[in-house]
Amino acid sequence: MTGSAGLSDAIAVGRRRDSLSRLLRLGLLIAAVAGLCVLSVAVGTRPVGWAEILSGVQGHVETIGEAAVALRVPRTLLALLAGAALGLSGAIMQGVTRNPLADPGILGVNSGAALAVVIGMAWFGMDSAAIYVWVAILGAAVTAVFVYAIGSLGRGGATPLKLALAGAATSIALSCFTIAVVLPRNDIAGGVRAWQIGGVGGATYGSIWLVMPFLVVGFAISLLSARRLNSLALGDELAAGLGENVAVARGMAALGAILLCGATTAACGPIGFVGLVVPHLCRLLVGVDHRWLLPVSALGGAGLLLLADVAGRIVARPSELAVGVVTAFIGAPFFIWIVRRQKVWEL
Amino acid sequence: MTVSHELAIEALAAGYGDRPILQGLDLTIAPGRITSIVGANACGKSTLLRTISRLLSPSAGQVLLDGRSVHRSPTRELARTLGLLPQTPVAPEGITVADLVSRGRHPHHGILSRWTSADDAAVATALEVTRTANLADRAVDELSGGQRQRAWIAMALAQETDVLLLDEPTTYLDVSHQVEVLDLLTDLNQARGITIVMVLHDLNMAARYSDRLVAMAQGRVHAHGTPEDVLSEATIRQVFGLRCRVIPDPVSGKPMMLPIGRHRLADPDAESAA
Amino acid sequence: MSAGEPALSAAVAAGRRRRAGAWRRVVAGLVLIVLAGVALTLMLGQSFTPPGDVLRVLTGQEVPGASFTVGHLRLPRAVLSVLVGMSFGLGGVAFQIMLRNPLASPDIIGVSSGASAAAVFAIVVLQMDGPMVPAVSVAAGLGVALLIYALAWKDGVTGARLILIGIGMAAMIDSFIAYVLSRAPSWDLQEAMRWLTGSVNGARMEQALPVLVSLLVFGGLLLSRARDLEALRMGEEAAAALGVKVGLTRVTVIVAAVCMIAVATASVGPIAFLAFLSGPIASRIVGPNGSILIPAALTGACLVLVGDYIGQFLLPGRYPVGVVTGALGAPYLIYLIIRVNRGGGAL
Repeated sequence: MTGSAGLSDAIAVGRRRDSLSRLLRLGLLIAAVAGLCVLSVAVGTRPVGWAEILSGVQGHVETIGEAAVALRVPRTLLALLAGAALGLSGAIMQGVTRNPLADPGILGVNSGAALAVVIGMAWFGMDSAAIYVWVAILGAAVTAVFVYAIGSLGRGGATPLKLALAGAATSIALSCFTIAVVLPRNDIAGGVRAWQIGGVGGATYGSIWLVMPFLVVGFAISLLSARRLNSLALGDELAAGLGENVAVARGMAALGAILLCGATTAACGPIGFVGLVVPHLCRLLVGVDHRWLLPVSALGGAGLLLLADVAGRIVARPSELAVGVVTAFIGAPFFIWIVRRQKVWEL
Repeated sequence: MTVSHELAIEALAAGYGDRPILQGLDLTIAPGRITSIVGANACGKSTLLRTISRLLSPSAGQVLLDGRSVHRSPTRELARTLGLLPQTPVAPEGITVADLVSRGRHPHHGILSRWTSADDAAVATALEVTRTANLADRAVDELSGGQRQRAWIAMALAQETDVLLLDEPTTYLDVSHQVEVLDLLTDLNQARGITIVMVLHDLNMAARYSDRLVAMAQGRVHAHGTPEDVLSEATIRQVFGLRCRVIPDPVSGKPMMLPIGRHRLADPDAESAA
Repeated sequence: MSAGEPALSAAVAAGRRRRAGAWRRVVAGLVLIVLAGVALTLMLGQSFTPPGDVLRVLTGQEVPGASFTVGHLRLPRAVLSVLVGMSFGLGGVAFQIMLRNPLASPDIIGVSSGASAAAVFAIVVLQMDGPMVPAVSVAAGLGVALLIYALAWKDGVTGARLILIGIGMAAMIDSFIAYVLSRAPSWDLQEAMRWLTGSVNGARMEQALPVLVSLLVFGGLLLSRARDLEALRMGEEAAAALGVKVGLTRVTVIVAAVCMIAVATASVGPIAFLAFLSGPIASRIVGPNGSILIPAALTGACLVLVGDYIGQFLLPGRYPVGVVTGALGAPYLIYLIIRVNRGGGAL
């Protein structure tokens, strides 16, 4: 039984047309992110002229304006990387759990990373950022596995409701432990508090280099999982039927996502909702094929975090709003919108 | 014996949000009889039952119980006449059968009224009639499907209503429990004159156990009458889009429907000609 | 078949009396535990006060060395603990019954967060004090609850959607609290703890009055709907069939429970997991023997008294009660999530 030649041609033509329009959208998105990068370097609490911006970017720090701009460059770079990591890890978590509400914040992964770092500081006297990254990734991984395990027990597997409840509850519990650990230690309380809000304001090239290896490995593993996620999207039984080793596919993809969000959390503190919002918007843009969705989600995440960071600087002048607060206020209404769109029996 | 109540539905329209399900439905329920509502999936059977029992408000038309609109009557008063057993009721965890059944007395109590021996008697009667007295102290969670359904029917009975609506009371039950539940409902109807209205999936069971059949399609009553009137090859074709053969049920003498598919036909030529 | 066998009827009555007796014994036992906890709180502190001295202080006599500690420090603490414990317990269990999910307690779905955020904002930013704080807190708690309810409305409200939207709301509000606290001019860790986890440290007698009034008014309102609430445990459809006005009961319960919880939160902060823990524990103790509203209130009081005692005396260092209930609650919470997910069942 061979399919009719005409139909087969029509399918091929359709696919080429889709690719073309997706490429166009990808180009627009890249342009938008580039624009935001410029904005992020140019806009801040202190207004600076174009001349100062140019010389600041080249590394001159003679005037206050140039110094401010020079500080904004690593900040922009970190926002770019962190946003891409969060957007990508969100897309993967949604793919792995087949769950539209999966997000490192909602699943409590951020609070797991936070608790691990705080315990490291308070009990083991860790004080080097290089170790924080490892600890944060470990905390994120343990929490992610734990929440997913709890959330997928019982009938229907990991439904949005069960997963979100398990995540929210775990998150509250972990925050209580974090407070219990910090409380008798006034010496570290200040640092922990600043870190817990989530921001890219304190970025330096040093801190970026520290998380860079983890991000690179995370990006690589994640992007390589695209095809597997496409099979997983059909359900475990079908994916196995298509010749996929379901456990391996899921484990690899999750590892990539956890590396990304653990490293990001170590560098910036917990930033919620980027991983939730971005993949949904990107699905509207390029559809559900993970080979497109994953890279576009990374781009989109970078764009959103830059936007949130710039907005936080503008809204609260002369002070600034931490990017974690801004993303929470952008993301929560979006979360509610997604919930409202779902059919009751899908929750 | 109970008083017979008139249940009449006039030009009823209802639905969810902007999605209309029922569109100008008229129906009069025969008092003191068993009526089954049948129809394809999503034809509005459950919506009709939910609207009658005022879980849904109609967007037009009305449901009249003895001439009064059920949507305007005081809820507690109405709940003493009209009972409903939903399709998937949830038993609070660990609750015993006796306690569950006594919950049926809710509409007979105000905020401050005390439990009386009349309440005990009603619960006892409900347990006895449904043959659940021996299960009274067992937890509902531990019961088998058939036993659980009898316990729920007992709760609806303790409510002492003269009209009882049931949404697919035999779903998820195996065939022996289906027969058991339908026999029990027939007992209740015959011994106490309770008017029973239920949604049933199984056409042959509906035909065997009902005095009246209502066939619904696209939110309207397509046919209404005795099983002999309603369960015809033409009606099944129009309501379900299915070809079938109707023969007398050798056990009950009521009509029985045998579907005709595309395969496994003893005499394909004769069937496709039909 | 008409009247039911007299013997069976008598057996039914006997079973009912047996259950009622068991219920009364449970309640009496809980009351005793609460009284013992109060006595313990009054006698123990930095120093031990003999029961005789405590009694003399309570009857208004002047006892050197004990009048101040017992009368001004420990008595308000004990009274406030009992009152807020009952408020959280009763309010929490009302939500859990109504949404038929033990995880749907006000502290998980954002109602407590809303009340807490308003209190933090009023105190830290607006520099308010006195009776205005509970008022603002109640208004915000109600506002958040009604907003969640309205957002969850789509051809009626389903529990799953309400819970999910609440979780999203809580995430946003918690980020707001963290931000406001980080901006507080003088960062007082003890004060911050109160708004993050709840604490009865530094309780004053005048704090107890609004909590008492709200407990009497709103608790009374809730108890008057106890029977309807019990019927709601069987699902909305079954409850409506029994003549319960589902919508009215829902709104009454939400308003009463939110007010009670918001007033309690305004005086001691959102004591972690208290609203969530009391109901399931009470339901465990009471079993199928009757309503769990009053037992849940008493359980709440026990938890605060015991948690506060542990936090003050049994741990190295002094922890606020919220940290203790949060940490103790976590394992129970996980157990409960697993059990609920397994059975897919209700409270």
